[in-house]
Amino acid sequence: MALVELKRVSFRYAGSDRHALDNVTLSAEQGEFVLLVGPSGCGKSTLLRVLNGLIPHFYEGDFEGEARVAGLDVRSTPTHVLARHVGMVFQDPENQLFLSSVEREIAFGLENMGLPRAEVKRRVREVLKEFNLESIKDRAPYELSGGQQQKVAIASVMALEPEILAIDEPTANLDPLSALEILSLVKRLVDEKGVLAIVVEHRLELTLMFATRMVVMHNGRILADGAPREALLRSGSLVGYPPVTLAHLLLKRKGLIDNGVPLTSEELASMVIRKWAK
Amino acid sequence: MIIVEDVYFSYEGLPVLKGVTLTVRTGEVLAIMGENGAGKTTLIKHFIGLLKPERGRVLVFGVDTREASVAQLARHVGVVFQNPDHQLFAESVEEEVLFTLKNMGYLPDEARAVCERVLRLFELDRYRDKSPYSLSVGERKRLAIAAVVSYDPDVLVLDEPTAGQDFFNKSKISKLIFRLKRQGKGVVVVTHDVEFAAQVADRVALMVDGRIVREGPAEDVLTDPAALRQARLIMPQIPTVAALLEAGGLKLPRKPLLPGALYLELLDLLNHRWRNHEQGSRHL
Repeated sequence: MALVELKRVSFRYAGSDRHALDNVTLSAEQGEFVLLVGPSGCGKSTLLRVLNGLIPHFYEGDFEGEARVAGLDVRSTPTHVLARHVGMVFQDPENQLFLSSVEREIAFGLENMGLPRAEVKRRVREVLKEFNLESIKDRAPYELSGGQQQKVAIASVMALEPEILAIDEPTANLDPLSALEILSLVKRLVDEKGVLAIVVEHRLELTLMFATRMVVMHNGRILADGAPREALLRSGSLVGYPPVTLAHLLLKRKGLIDNGVPLTSEELASMVIRKWAK
Repeated sequence: MIIVEDVYFSYEGLPVLKGVTLTVRTGEVLAIMGENGAGKTTLIKHFIGLLKPERGRVLVFGVDTREASVAQLARHVGVVFQNPDHQLFAESVEEEVLFTLKNMGYLPDEARAVCERVLRLFELDRYRDKSPYSLSVGERKRLAIAAVVSYDPDVLVLDEPTAGQDFFNKSKISKLIFRLKRQGKGVVVVTHDVEFAAQVADRVALMVDGRIVREGPAEDVLTDPAALRQARLIMPQIPTVAALLEAGGLKLPRKPLLPGALYLELLDLLNHRWRNHEQGSRHL
């Protein structure tokens, strides 16, 4: 069974007159890097809240349809059980980090799960090593840079070994190099551990090249879902094209370049050279 | 015009600005870029006298910031900080703007008319009676910008205006910046969004560790790989394509920053080739 299985899910927040999710059907497997995009208010964050059970457990409203995460029905599964399967990292990691050291931060979730102390210690050591955080393990999270905080937040949810990692706009407050570092880290978790990553982002020029799949939402519905290049062609006017994709569209309109959807500078440059060297 | 002359500043003995010299001109868009902690926000706090230099000086339209109050300076320079929540406090969206206008000495009738126009411009009019805190982050950011734009300062300073904004709102913010520039205002954007800087900036200043390490026209700075690397930034996509083309034997006459410019450069190159080709065949 797929790790995430939503069937005709609709949700309307109490007091709202429109559906935040409107008949959403989505299934995702391990080893996928799903980029979830769409204009603000399109339902992306609501969808993430369904995955970790905040909807329907904490947000009041009308829930319809069927939602299974790691085989568990979100409506009948307590959120602390879902939390072992879905690691959530929010946009502003500062709100998620509150302990006095990076090491304590990573241990916290594990202790909460009731693991024996020796096991907690072992896993913390592993995670510090894996995420290359050993040199800052004694520092307080609030002293760290935005990129380091984001990394600590991801490390502390990954310590619980969830199959799914859901991240809300990880790069919003990061400089481009730190953003690429975080996205490469997520990509590595996907490739090496088979994690299913669901990443909400607006900055397509940075994230698209990492994704294996792009899901575009608009007004609570899924507008496009598929390989990043195809989904981008169908939704670019809504979510924006990365500059290289846009340049390609301009050249193609004049017949100056072959068909394709370049996502990186390297891809566009080699397409131009191939065509123009003649 | 804001003139920053050899400014030094430290927080609790920790030097944050180490001899910054920079001019903000009206009628142009300046992007101040650099990684977190480089001193960008500390620098813009000097523009309205929220911080005063320990050494050197800051002149805002001729006035030394040490000799003026924040309120006086804020008339000339409007700053929208990165986190909109730090500057929103009214009960409703409409009151937020009205309050700012009243503070700036607008009469009630005038304030109402201006508020109306600004709320519509920023597409916030349908939320006028709602609490600012019921809005999304993107909307709160737009409200903070609206409140500052409403009283018409000569220079607008935006700290990370595109962070967390979707494509539509980003386009709206760039349109607003172009409009203000056309009106002859100065606009400063503090950003690490290199694509956004490529789109809006005339001039770019790169900050590293409390110093400005490179400053100049956007097409020079955003195409300088060494300077960008020093500031922990990456080159925008289109200049990267141009650099790769040059390495591959296709040198473009000018340095494009945006898709449209790259397209025009390539068209020029093609026309040039055709002309050469025709001349070549005539000689035969």
